[in-house]
Amino acid sequence: MELTYVPLYAVLVSLAAVPFILLSSKKPNLREFWTILAGVIKFLLVLTLLPSALQGNVIELELLEIAPNIPLVLKADTFGVFFALIASGLWIFTSFYSIGYMRGHKEKKQTRYFASFAVCLSSTIGIAFSGNLLTFIIFYEMLTLATYPLVIHSESKKAIAAGRKYLSYTLTAGLLLIAAAGITYSLTGTLEFRPGGIFGDTNLTSTMAVTIFLLFLGGVGVKAGIMPLHSWLPSAMAAPTPVSSLLHAVAVVKSGVFGVIRVVGFIFGPDVMAQFGLNDILMVLAGFTIIVASLLAFAQDNLKRRLAYSTVGHLSYIVLGVALLTETGLVGSIMHISFHATMKITLFFCAGAIMVNLHKKNISDLNGIAKVMPWTMAAFTIGSMGLAGIPPVNGFVSKWYLAAGALEGGMLVPVIIFVVSGLLNVGYFFPIIHRAYFKKGGPELEGHTEASPFMVVPLFGTAVLSILFGLNPDLFFNFFDMASSVASTIFNSI
Amino acid sequence: MIGSEIPALIPVTYVLFAILIPLIGLWKREIVWHLSLLGTGITSFLSAWGFLHLINTGETIRYYFGGWTPPIGIEFVYDGLAAFIVLVINTIAFLVLIHSKEISKLEFPGKKMPYYTITMLMMLGFNGMVLTGDLFNLYVFLEISSLSSYALIAIGEKRAPYASFRYLIIGTVGGSLYLLGVGFLYTVTGTLNIIDMHAMLPQVIGHSSVVAALILMVIGVGVKAALFPLHGWLPDSYTFASSSSSALIAPIGTKVAAYILFRVLLFLFGVDLIDDQLPVTTIIGIFAGIGILYGSIMAIAQSEMKKMLAYSSVSQIGYIIMGISLANPFGFIGAVLHVLNHALMKALLFLVSGSLRSKEGHSLITKFNNSYRKKYPWTMAAFTTAAISMVGLPPLAGFFSKWYLALGTIENSNWILLAVILISSLLNAVYFFRILEKVYLNDPEEESTEDTEIIENNEVGFTMMFPMAVMALGLLVVGIFNAYIVNIIFTMFPAGF
Repeated sequence: MELTYVPLYAVLVSLAAVPFILLSSKKPNLREFWTILAGVIKFLLVLTLLPSALQGNVIELELLEIAPNIPLVLKADTFGVFFALIASGLWIFTSFYSIGYMRGHKEKKQTRYFASFAVCLSSTIGIAFSGNLLTFIIFYEMLTLATYPLVIHSESKKAIAAGRKYLSYTLTAGLLLIAAAGITYSLTGTLEFRPGGIFGDTNLTSTMAVTIFLLFLGGVGVKAGIMPLHSWLPSAMAAPTPVSSLLHAVAVVKSGVFGVIRVVGFIFGPDVMAQFGLNDILMVLAGFTIIVASLLAFAQDNLKRRLAYSTVGHLSYIVLGVALLTETGLVGSIMHISFHATMKITLFFCAGAIMVNLHKKNISDLNGIAKVMPWTMAAFTIGSMGLAGIPPVNGFVSKWYLAAGALEGGMLVPVIIFVVSGLLNVGYFFPIIHRAYFKKGGPELEGHTEASPFMVVPLFGTAVLSILFGLNPDLFFNFFDMASSVASTIFNSI
Repeated sequence: MIGSEIPALIPVTYVLFAILIPLIGLWKREIVWHLSLLGTGITSFLSAWGFLHLINTGETIRYYFGGWTPPIGIEFVYDGLAAFIVLVINTIAFLVLIHSKEISKLEFPGKKMPYYTITMLMMLGFNGMVLTGDLFNLYVFLEISSLSSYALIAIGEKRAPYASFRYLIIGTVGGSLYLLGVGFLYTVTGTLNIIDMHAMLPQVIGHSSVVAALILMVIGVGVKAALFPLHGWLPDSYTFASSSSSALIAPIGTKVAAYILFRVLLFLFGVDLIDDQLPVTTIIGIFAGIGILYGSIMAIAQSEMKKMLAYSSVSQIGYIIMGISLANPFGFIGAVLHVLNHALMKALLFLVSGSLRSKEGHSLITKFNNSYRKKYPWTMAAFTTAAISMVGLPPLAGFFSKWYLALGTIENSNWILLAVILISSLLNAVYFFRILEKVYLNDPEEESTEDTEIIENNEVGFTMMFPMAVMALGLLVVGIFNAYIVNIIFTMFPAGF
């Protein structure tokens, strides 16, 4: 089968669904049918790219010259397929969950919601398949814009404030990225993502290298939630929960860390990173973020906000793994992109199910809910265990490689950070589980049962996936093989 | 072959229609609108034809009036840059005039005939300024366009004549300074022809008259282009003029003035000579940079949409002049591309404000609310497109002019101007998202009215919607296919790049 155009179709399919979604705004079932259809087609399209990606082939499609010498190019390399697979796969789960959540919550303007969601997914897949920096920026800004209507969805004062905050952070980031790209282009004459970097032959001074790197970091670091650029993320929890689940645990924030890896591995390259000590900057920031975010998570009583801070911490696991500049560390990082996705989406799904079903947002109100919502809380327990790094959930596997990567580089501090943060994870998740299972619930719980199957099935599904990937990371999609292949192309490119 | 006559045919068409409209208008009032469309339609067609002809042959057309060769006679120089600008301004004028049908009924019902006559004269002036190859002839066209735009602005709200008078005073001073500069140059070089003078300037560049001339011309043209701090006339003029006049003058007038800066700085003096005596480009760059920020900040402070757009114009013209001041290929590309992009964006935005005024009777941002989303879905969609392009988000056109300008600043290692471009985009986001929030979202302070009140679709008619839709689509097309345009701009480079 001819695969050349598959990346383009994968990007466009959800965009093509938008008019259908808008036209069927009066018929909710038909409207959601388009979303699911687009989701399934998108996933299958990405799946057809998997075999070639596993062999290390790169499918490149040059669409048009968007600026002189800079083509708009889609490139499905192993890393891109890896990210696209996660985003499109979890979109299907989220779509089902959205139906249960949005209808259960009687949300308004659902058409706008589903349409924006579809645009977000197109942008995310576009980011995954971007072959050069300018293409990346185009989809990156599209994602910013398409996420905005979702953040302000409830149109409450809080949501609008969160939307403004979100825009001011992400638009600034986009501009820094443009500046970084411009300088890179004027130095190297190319914006291509090349394994091992494009700065190899350039005479960089130390100040120049640090400046460009910081500009890049400002650009991708906002979406990656690296402190001190993270504070939009907890505010953005004002969005409906499915948005928090897919976008603020998977698509948007992972686009940020995806960008970090593209910048480190494909623009600068490990050698240049090490030469100018750029990885140290990254390591300090990420290490700091992991610990502080975990501590801040303790202070949150709102369940979604606690999850948001946990996300900030875990995103920096990935960044720290990249900063180690060891092959094993990078494998751990890349696997954590997918594994954190399945775990955190489960937890957000649970938080949303609790909110719709019991109208409870705060952790202090969760006493005894496991009796009412056994499936949801079981899934929640699995997700929390995984994030704390307890086997057999998949979080253990990626964390193992992250720690091994640190040791491979002869660095002890990162290992300590991973261990301490693991304990902190236990610390802030365990009280929730304890309340739900062992404390006696109030009278308001009577008469309530488990949430709608539209929510429970997806959330339990992702929990089961988390365990399955923990038992065998190569199950279904060969996540481990793909991660190692990406890491080895970056480190053995010369 | 008609191709070589095009430089003359375009202004002649405008002269013809400037005479036809009052003659026929006296007899049949209703058809002046159709006549003005016919006039701009013909010139748009001619400019498109000429532009394509020029791309295909790659030859600059030099048209000698009356067969007199320069430096004795006056010539029109139809090169890539002139052809491009002429195409942009005539097409924009055509689209804006389509939109003016409804506006003319509402805002100046008894003055249609003079309005369209003056419009033709103004377009004659603008086209002449772009096409002419003679500095004094340029001044003549400058005055034609200026006098007609004073009149055009005066046809507006109650305060319009006052704003117009102010513009008249400042504009006349500007024009005179330009003329004085031309006079100084003439005394040293003995010629008024741009190409001729360009060849002579290296021998006299150290002469104090040349330095004085350069300063006078830049200030004079700077007034017309509303380069900060010479922009004082602009905000009131654009605000109080009728919506059609603002939509016509804002995208075209200042662009043509900026075009003269292109000619004077990069073609007449050229990159080699321009900074020979004084750091002219640096100084212009500084003022452009301040203007960009000042315009954006003032735009945020406005509560009237047209006034906001007027200040935004001050800022955007700064982009173009900054691009010129960089005096490098990327800056040039960015500036030329931004002439097109900003013409599309600003015309579209002024048309939206005009459409809103025709329906709501005002364009006060404070009174905007989320019923507009249902009442004018397509107008608002067009507005959103223009707003996003102004903010500079890809893949819309605005992003790319910003990208090339940014590359231009990087090439000169001018980090301050790079920061200015980026910060200004954020400021644009502030004043446009403020409106978008009002139009698309419920006001959380108020009770939601949406469920209780049924809002009827009250979209503007075809003659208003069509030009707005074309421009909105244009922004997308120009954005995606900007490389084709940029490849053409490559052929317009002045010598020395």
